[in-house]
Amino acid sequence: MIRGIKRAIRGLAIGLFATFAYAQSALAVELTMYYPVAVGGPLTKIVDGLVADFTKANPDIKVNAIYAGNYNDARIKALAALKAGKPAQLSVMFAIDIYELIEQDAIVPFDDIVETAEEKAWLNSFYPALMGNGRTGGKTWGIPFQRSTIVMYYNKDAFRDAGLDPEKPPATWDELVSMGKKLVKKSGDKTDRWAIMIPSTGYPYWMFGALTMENDQVLMNSDGNKTYFSAAPTVQALEFWQELGDKHGIMPKGTIEWGTLRKNFLEGKAAIMWHSTGNLTTVKKNAKFDFGVAMLPANKRRGTPTGGGNFYIFKKTTPEERKAAMKLIRFLTEPSRAAEWSIKTGYIGTSPAAYDTPALKKYVEEFPPAAVARDQLKYATPELSTYQAGRVRKSLDDAIQATLTGKKSAKDSLGSAQSQSERLLKRYQ
Amino acid sequence: MTSARNIKNQVYGWLLLTPAAILLVTFTHYPAIATLAQSFFSTGTVTRPSKFIGLDNYRSMLEDEVFWQVLENNIWYAVGTIPISIAIALLMAVWVNEKLPLRGLVRMSYFTPTILPMIAVANIWLFFYTPEIGLLDQVGALFGAPSHNWLGDTDTVLGCIIAITIWKEAGFFMIFYLAALQTLPPELEEAAKLEGASRWTFFRRVTFPLLMPTTLFVLINAVINSFKLVDQLFILTKGGPDNASSLLLYYIYENAFSFFDQNYASTLTVVLLLALAVIAIGQFVILDKRIHYR
Repeated sequence: MIRGIKRAIRGLAIGLFATFAYAQSALAVELTMYYPVAVGGPLTKIVDGLVADFTKANPDIKVNAIYAGNYNDARIKALAALKAGKPAQLSVMFAIDIYELIEQDAIVPFDDIVETAEEKAWLNSFYPALMGNGRTGGKTWGIPFQRSTIVMYYNKDAFRDAGLDPEKPPATWDELVSMGKKLVKKSGDKTDRWAIMIPSTGYPYWMFGALTMENDQVLMNSDGNKTYFSAAPTVQALEFWQELGDKHGIMPKGTIEWGTLRKNFLEGKAAIMWHSTGNLTTVKKNAKFDFGVAMLPANKRRGTPTGGGNFYIFKKTTPEERKAAMKLIRFLTEPSRAAEWSIKTGYIGTSPAAYDTPALKKYVEEFPPAAVARDQLKYATPELSTYQAGRVRKSLDDAIQATLTGKKSAKDSLGSAQSQSERLLKRYQ
Repeated sequence: MTSARNIKNQVYGWLLLTPAAILLVTFTHYPAIATLAQSFFSTGTVTRPSKFIGLDNYRSMLEDEVFWQVLENNIWYAVGTIPISIAIALLMAVWVNEKLPLRGLVRMSYFTPTILPMIAVANIWLFFYTPEIGLLDQVGALFGAPSHNWLGDTDTVLGCIIAITIWKEAGFFMIFYLAALQTLPPELEEAAKLEGASRWTFFRRVTFPLLMPTTLFVLINAVINSFKLVDQLFILTKGGPDNASSLLLYYIYENAFSFFDQNYASTLTVVLLLALAVIAIGQFVILDKRIHYR
C-alpha cells in the first residue's frame, strides 16, 4: 500500500517535471488572460474558439484564457492575482475599471507598448466613442472588445394596437410621453400593459447616463475626478424619469428590476423597454410578436452611454510578454473577427472597418436592428467612471432609487450624491 | 524516569493536537486577529501605502448613514425572521411527529427548502415577486388585488426578504425539534392522558419545557443566521432600492469587493463579531438558567 503511494508520487513528480521542462523549452511565451461574461449564452465557447484560432496561427505563444465570472469577479480575481505576485499578462475587464487599475498601478498604457507608425495608427482605428472610457491623461489604457450601448426595444404589435405607426417609435421625450399615454392599457385599476420600463436596479447609473446625455449633460469629467450630479440638467433628467411613473402614469412606480425586465417585455407587459444591445439575440429568438429596435429618444440631443469591457495589459510583464499580448489583442480585434464576434453576440463591432466586412454588411442588411447600436455611437458618451468608482457609483445609484421610490426629491438626493462624491474625489483633484 | 515519560506523553499529546490546531489557527484565529489589526489601518493603494490611523475607521463608521440604516435593517430582519421561523418549525415538527398518512412525504417537503441552494431559490422567488407577471401578483389578480411592485418599493422589500428566509429556515429548525420530540418518552404522554390533561396543557407544561435545550440551540443558530444569511440579496435586490434591503454582511461585502476598501470592511466585521458575541453570551447566561436539562 505505502509502496504504491510512493510510486504514484514519484510518477507524478516526474510527470510534472517533464511538463514543466516541455513548457519551458517548446513555448517561447505563455500568456494568461482573464475574461468576464456579463450576459448568458455560449460566449465562453466563442472566446475559446477565437483563442484556439490564435494559437494555431502563432504556435510559439501559449494562451490560457480563463473565464472569470462577471465583470466584478474578473476585477477581483485579476487584482487578487496581482497582489499574490502571480498576475495575468492581460485581461478583459470592465471599461470603467480604468481609474481603479491606474490607481493600483496595475496596468500599462498602450502608448508605451506600440512602436511602429502602423501600430500607432491601429490605436486610432476604433470608434472614438468606444475609446472614451479607455483614455485618460492623454494616454490609451484600454482597447475596446465586448462593447454595448443602450437601445430602445419596442413591441410593434402594441403600437398597432394603440393606433400608432409601428415604424415611427418615439424620437423625443415629448413623443415618448404622448405616445406612452396611448400605449398604456388598463382594465379598471389594473394595468395590463405599461408603455415603458427603464430598469433601475443593477445598473441604474447606466440608464441615467443616457437620460442626462439626452439632456446634454455629462456625469463626469474625463480625468475621472469630478462629477456633475447636481447640475440643473442632471436634476431635470431624474425628474423626467420619476415623472414617467408619478405624473404621466406610463411606467410602474418604484424601481424596475433589471433581471426580470426582458421577461416583462417578452410577455407583452411593457410596450417599450430600454436595455443593453447585449440582449438583442435573445429577444430576437424569444419574441412571439413583431418587435423593433430604435435609438433612445432625444430631449436636447440624442444620447446613450457605452458599456462593456476593454482589453488591458498588466504592468508586471516582460517586454516579450507585452509584445505577445499585443499580438493577441490585435488578432482578436481585427475587423473580420470583430464582425464575427458582433454577429454571434450582439455586441458592437468595435471599428468602422468591421462594419465594412462582407459578413457584417450582409448581416446588417438582413437584420437592420443590428445597425442601430452602431448608428447611435455618434451620440454616445463614456459610461460613468471615476476614481473611487464603486462608492461614487453607489452614491448615484442610491440617489436614483431614493427618487424613484418617492423617498426624496431629485434635487435633494442628487445634491447629497454630489457632496458625497466631492468628498471622495477631493484628493484626486 | 517518570519525568521523561511525562515529557514524552506531553509531546505525544501536542502532536495529536497539531493538525487541528494548525487548521484552527490558519482559518479561524489568525483571520480574526488580522481583521482586528486591519481595522486600525487605512486602505492602501500602490501609490498611497496603508498607514496606522487608530480609531479613524470607527469614527467614520459612526458618521456613515448607510451603516446605521443597514444596522437598523438587520435588526428588523432578525426580529422578523427569528420568532416566526422557530414557531413554524415547532408547529411543523409536532405535526409531522404524529401518525399521519404520507408522513414521509410531508416531512420531506417541509425539509426541501433547506436543501436547495439559496442562489437558485432566490432566482425562483425573483419571479414570484415580479410585478404583473409574477406568481404573487397573478394569484392576487384572481381576487382582484391590484398589482404591487414588491421588490421595488422601500416599504415592502425587506418584508419580502424576510419571507424567503423564514421559508428557507423553518424546515431546517424543524429537523432539530423532530429529533428532540422523538427522544421524549411516550410514558409522559400516557401519564398525562390518565391525569386528564388537555393536549395544549400537555404541550405547554411538558413538551415545550423538555424542548428548551433544543430551542436554545435553534435560537442561537437563528440569531447567527440572521446576520449571516445574505445570499438572496445578490440575486434579488443588491441591497436596494436605496439600501432599503441591505444587511450588515452584504454591506461588508460591498465595501471589501466593490469599493476595495478592505480596512473599512474589517472595521465593520469587528463590529459584527462583537455584536454576535454579546448576543450569544447573553443567550447562554440568561436562558441557561431557565432550561431544564435532563
